[in-house]
Amino acid sequence: MLTDITIGQFFPGTSVLHRMDPRAKLLLLIVLMAAIFIFDTPGGYTALTGLALALIFLSGVPASMYFRSLRPLWWILAFTFLIHLCATPGEVFFRFWIFDMTKEGLSRGFFLCLRLTLLILFSSLLTFTTSPLSLTDGMERLLRPLKAVGVPAHELAMMMTIALRFVPTLIEETDTIVKAQQSRGADFSTGNVLKRVRHLVPILVPLFISSFRRADELATAMEARCYRGGEGRTRMKELHVGGVDYAAAGVTALLLAAMGAMKAAGV
Amino acid sequence: MAFIEVEELSFVYPSERGERRMALDQVNLSIEEGEFVAVLGTNGSGKSTLAKHLNAILLPTSGVCRVAGMDTRDAARLWDIRQNVGMVFQNPDNQIIAAIVEDDVAFGPENLGVPSDEIRRRVDEALAAVGMSSFRGFAPHLLSGGQKQRIAIAGTLAMHTKCLVLDEPTAMLDPVGRGEVLDTVRQLHQESGITVVYITHFMEEAAAAQRVVVMEEGKIVEDGSPKEIFSRVDAMKKRGLDVPLAAEVAWKLRKQGVRLPEDIVTDEELVVALCR
Repeated sequence: MLTDITIGQFFPGTSVLHRMDPRAKLLLLIVLMAAIFIFDTPGGYTALTGLALALIFLSGVPASMYFRSLRPLWWILAFTFLIHLCATPGEVFFRFWIFDMTKEGLSRGFFLCLRLTLLILFSSLLTFTTSPLSLTDGMERLLRPLKAVGVPAHELAMMMTIALRFVPTLIEETDTIVKAQQSRGADFSTGNVLKRVRHLVPILVPLFISSFRRADELATAMEARCYRGGEGRTRMKELHVGGVDYAAAGVTALLLAAMGAMKAAGV
Repeated sequence: MAFIEVEELSFVYPSERGERRMALDQVNLSIEEGEFVAVLGTNGSGKSTLAKHLNAILLPTSGVCRVAGMDTRDAARLWDIRQNVGMVFQNPDNQIIAAIVEDDVAFGPENLGVPSDEIRRRVDEALAAVGMSSFRGFAPHLLSGGQKQRIAIAGTLAMHTKCLVLDEPTAMLDPVGRGEVLDTVRQLHQESGITVVYITHFMEEAAAAQRVVVMEEGKIVEDGSPKEIFSRVDAMKKRGLDVPLAAEVAWKLRKQGVRLPEDIVTDEELVVALCR
């Protein structure tokens, strides 16, 4: 069944990371991502890797899920590593056909891969522990100051919310349409790629038409419930920055300072 | 002054080819606060168009529609009108906005700018009023059609609406869902004194109202108590409408010479009359 698909990668839980304010998590993620690029010393990487491992443990999400999030990147990682291994000039330690593997290449490839891995792990930490709804909520509030320069923060968040809300509904509808077309003799599983793509048309057309109808009705329903944009709107669930968030910010600041010191000392 | 006052209301849908179709033709209707009115009529009789005038989704082409003394054409009072008159539509899926039940109920008061702890209170109240408190954390797509419609009703209650307009709320539901929705509406009407305008195709549902209005080709052609309306079986059939099963059975029995009173509408009344 198509309806088994879950949206996002959120794992409900009650860990420290789950209890953090989405805004704090988003901001700290940005800070950590910058840190990965700035503190590119062995000491810095050790600290960040340690932090990532600690957070993975704290999140309470099975470690295998983090491995799975890395899987699509497997080929890129391997490729990056090999290119750097063979293309960096320096002391050759192994020669194979036309490839000269150097020690410098080995360390450079390793650190680049580690950097990519850390980026993915930190983003996964955010998406695994934050529900898509509170994530959009957090983004809306963070973008709010940018409204002055024309960023439609509220509208973007509303669009995200509605999109998330309608994913299961539209999946169900697609299922119905597929079955309806199959019962009329449509064939979705044979033929070459081109043919199969063409067979999608009788699914997409009704799906789009009905989506437009839904959008129209939804807009009427929203107006009937006094929706008039983000202006003057309050929220039932106000976001609260609490002790956990300050603690997290404190830990991050300390870590940054330590990495800065290590970089200055050349470690 | 009545809560809803419709005077000489006409509405013309603009069409592409320039032809004008009168959806409402000089309709007069007044509904008192606390009334439970069912609106009947075949497809295209103008029921939904009338309903959409009651909270200013559509504005009259000519004539006046007043809600709680406010003219729906008065743009300055638009949000007051919509806060006073809540609407529930036919398709339960296309009126739920949020991905969590309680967030959806909160949508209306959030738009009104109600403070957040007050919203929380209203949401709790509204969910309790429709008997859906235990589903507060659910995703809407996991609910049945009847439950979704009850959430939609809760969404309007949380705005503290005085009048509930339901536009064929049960047309897409199974019999269990239909019963749930009608029971909820009846209970709200009896316990909270909320004004109800209930558009439906189901005669049994109309029989639950205090007053039935029948529409045909954009006009109101009948207006009276369910007993009055449903005792005129011939007239209803001529308009392409049914009557509740009990009324029809009684009508056929009367034709066969069985002596039964003319105002039988519910199954219970029929049973009582037959057993006498």
